[in-house]
Amino acid sequence: MLEVVWLVPALPLAGFLVLLFGGRRLGEPWSGWLGTGAMVGSFLVTLGAFLEMLGRDAHDRRSVTTLFEWVPAGDLRVDAGLLADPLSLTMCLFVTGVGALIHLYSIGYMHGDGDFPRFFAYLNLFAFSMLILVLGDNLLLTFLGWEGVGACSYLLISFWFTDEANATAGKKAFVTNRIGDWGFMVAIFMTFFTFGSIAYVDVLDTTSAGTVAQGTATFIALMLFVGAIGKSAQFPLYLWLPDAMAGPTPVSALIHAATMVTSGIYLLTRVNPIIADAADWVPTLIAWTGAGTALFAATIAVAQRDIKKVLAYSTVSQLGYMFLAVGCGAYVAAVFHMVTHAFFKALLFLGSGSVIHGMDGDQDMAHFGGLRKAMPITAGTFVIGWLAIAGVPPFAGFWSKDEILAFAWNESPLLWAVGLVTAVLTAFSMPRQVVLTFLGRDRYADPRSDEVAAAWEARVARVDAEGMAARESLATAEADLDARRAAAAAANEKLAAAMAAATAGPDPDAEDGPSAEDLATAVVAAEEGVAAAEATVVDSGQAVVDARALVDATEAAAAAVRATVDTRPEVPALALDGEPDVGDLADDLPESVSARAGHRPHESPWTMTLPLVVLAGLSIVGGFVQLPFSSSTKRLEHWLEPTLYHNEVHLTVGAGTLWVLAVVAVAGGAVGITVAVAAYGRRQIDYARFEQPILADAWHFDRSVSAFMAGPGRAGFEAVEAFDRGVVDGAVTGVGTLVRGAGGVLRRFHNGLVRTYAAGVAVGAVALMAWFLSRSGF
Amino acid sequence: MVVTTSWYLALAAVLFSLGSVGLLTRRNPLVMFMCVELMLNAVNLTFVSLGADLGDLGGQLSVFFVLVVAAAEVVVGLAVIVAIMRRRPGATADDLSVLGG
Repeated sequence: MLEVVWLVPALPLAGFLVLLFGGRRLGEPWSGWLGTGAMVGSFLVTLGAFLEMLGRDAHDRRSVTTLFEWVPAGDLRVDAGLLADPLSLTMCLFVTGVGALIHLYSIGYMHGDGDFPRFFAYLNLFAFSMLILVLGDNLLLTFLGWEGVGACSYLLISFWFTDEANATAGKKAFVTNRIGDWGFMVAIFMTFFTFGSIAYVDVLDTTSAGTVAQGTATFIALMLFVGAIGKSAQFPLYLWLPDAMAGPTPVSALIHAATMVTSGIYLLTRVNPIIADAADWVPTLIAWTGAGTALFAATIAVAQRDIKKVLAYSTVSQLGYMFLAVGCGAYVAAVFHMVTHAFFKALLFLGSGSVIHGMDGDQDMAHFGGLRKAMPITAGTFVIGWLAIAGVPPFAGFWSKDEILAFAWNESPLLWAVGLVTAVLTAFSMPRQVVLTFLGRDRYADPRSDEVAAAWEARVARVDAEGMAARESLATAEADLDARRAAAAAANEKLAAAMAAATAGPDPDAEDGPSAEDLATAVVAAEEGVAAAEATVVDSGQAVVDARALVDATEAAAAAVRATVDTRPEVPALALDGEPDVGDLADDLPESVSARAGHRPHESPWTMTLPLVVLAGLSIVGGFVQLPFSSSTKRLEHWLEPTLYHNEVHLTVGAGTLWVLAVVAVAGGAVGITVAVAAYGRRQIDYARFEQPILADAWHFDRSVSAFMAGPGRAGFEAVEAFDRGVVDGAVTGVGTLVRGAGGVLRRFHNGLVRTYAAGVAVGAVALMAWFLSRSGF
Repeated sequence: MVVTTSWYLALAAVLFSLGSVGLLTRRNPLVMFMCVELMLNAVNLTFVSLGADLGDLGGQLSVFFVLVVAAAEVVVGLAVIVAIMRRRPGATADDLSVLGG
């Protein structure tokens, strides 16, 4: 199958093209099946090529297929060719294999998304770029794939680009990667100047012959290292990876855990003869950068609450491990860890995606808990992934991590110590994740602190409204009382007038005036009126008294509510010990709480659980390709030997020491797991002791970089921009202004009068003649 | 009295000067055009006379070129002048300065 190795990248490319132009017509789920099919085909071709290569002799394990002449430019001749050798085929196997599983998973995960076909088009384009990166037979082709995966990473991080945060995260990844890409480009230029070729076959065979100056090799290795730390998210360029979690979870699993981020390690392994020729401090720098990043990121992972952020920092940490291995000259261990990490980290990411899927997009582990009952397959496979990454034997991660630690000890015990602390921290943060997500109490329906605050606000508003209503009824009652009093006064006046009329007696002058009886009747009627009016005044007065009492009562109630502001229920962000008690606020909780109580997390469909099960199986047995017991069990080392040009360091420590180191590592892992279970499971230790704010904020590093870039960085960029506008643009504009000015002067001579031109010609001719004559000495 | 080549050259110089002075002083486009023709023919005369004097056919050959070019020039130039005169009767050369910068 080696002669058709071009099919490996061609199938995803074909899938991409079909999905690009016909994806909408295919729709869901057929576009997903097409993308998955392309990946499966690619995997089968890779498998065939692998088996054929396996049958060859060790010195014959290299096959270059030149497809066409790509860049014929003078001395620079670059062919588009594919280099199939043990290293690239190993990469291809897990890129296509894990990639196919993640494609399958995405069919379930992206179900219902309006942009379903676009997602698979991007995934296939990514797979194509990654395979070109791996299979390219020269630095430029690798760089093409390198940029391609960067572009796909950008497109997929900001896949849901309508959300500003996702678009920003995509930009951050792209811009940060540019710094690394710059290093890679400089390395390519320098390689061409030095070797006159950028094909791996020429460059590496020349270098391994030892004819390259050390300074040159150092420079190229350093620049390639800059490229590698950008793509593989090492300190200080790791900043983009945690933000990259904004993309859909299958993307995080495929690109930002299993494949793309390992390309830096692949590149360094590929050019191992150059690193071997470089100054000694280059491998040391690589090792310490890796170890430092591993420890740094592991400390941050301890305090993250977002399920994907934990995994992101853990990925940065594991990539640091691989750099540590490369720096120690343990290329086999680096590739080994790359493969096992691809298995278990993809598994963990896909598991977290399954959880997020079941929790309707929630990523905060504080809201999970007890999910093992709802999602047994996800929980079971996740636990296997956890055991693998925590370095528990005999799972895959144990073997690869142990091998790296052995080589670190071989290099320097200090490096080993850093690696061990990292392993302990990883063994702490991973069970923490398992306990918070799958074990313990179901915290999904708990009222959350913002909801409790909302309930409190609602209660205060309600009490205030009651007081307002009481005050309004008091005002009404008082107005009513005033009106009745006025009516009583009017009745009294009427009575006084009637009595005066009765006292005066009937008017003798008026014949038809009221009689004495009429007057007496009027007085009686007026007295009755007064009595009635005074009675209503008394009633109204009583109403006012009642209203006052009501106002007093409501104000007292409001004061009582406000007085409890200090004692109002505070819900802990992480309620491990039982449902938070919100007291009588429960009545005021917003509807979202009861809505959540009605929602039950569910297990994911088979398209999602099948990849989980397969990856879990691989995470268990993946370590067996390289067992440290004897030479014959180190299968990966024998397989990779031809690509390593004898640059692989060999352990000088004895078997006894190795056993001790392994036992110490396992004991360290056990300590980490025990502490995590004690803190989060059994609650014997206060977890707040581990979740320091400075760790949750990533040692303020991201914040500091942002602050620097917003302040002095921005000033610097503005200075560059001013230089560009003033000096560079100024020079261009100056030339234009000069030409315009000269033209303005010259146009005066061009007045359109034919006779003036003729005179000019005549004068010129005479002048020329005079000049020639004077020259001829006439 | 022998008519030497110098005589022809002198005549040509006189004709050329007449043409150039006429070109520079007159404003009627048609007259200016004739002045140009006069200058061309003055040059033709020098070509022929020097060609005869030096026994070189090149001089006479050049005359044919000049005549052909002059004929072509007349075709185009006269057409332009007629077109201008139709639109703007009585225009002088100084009036036709719309192409000035």
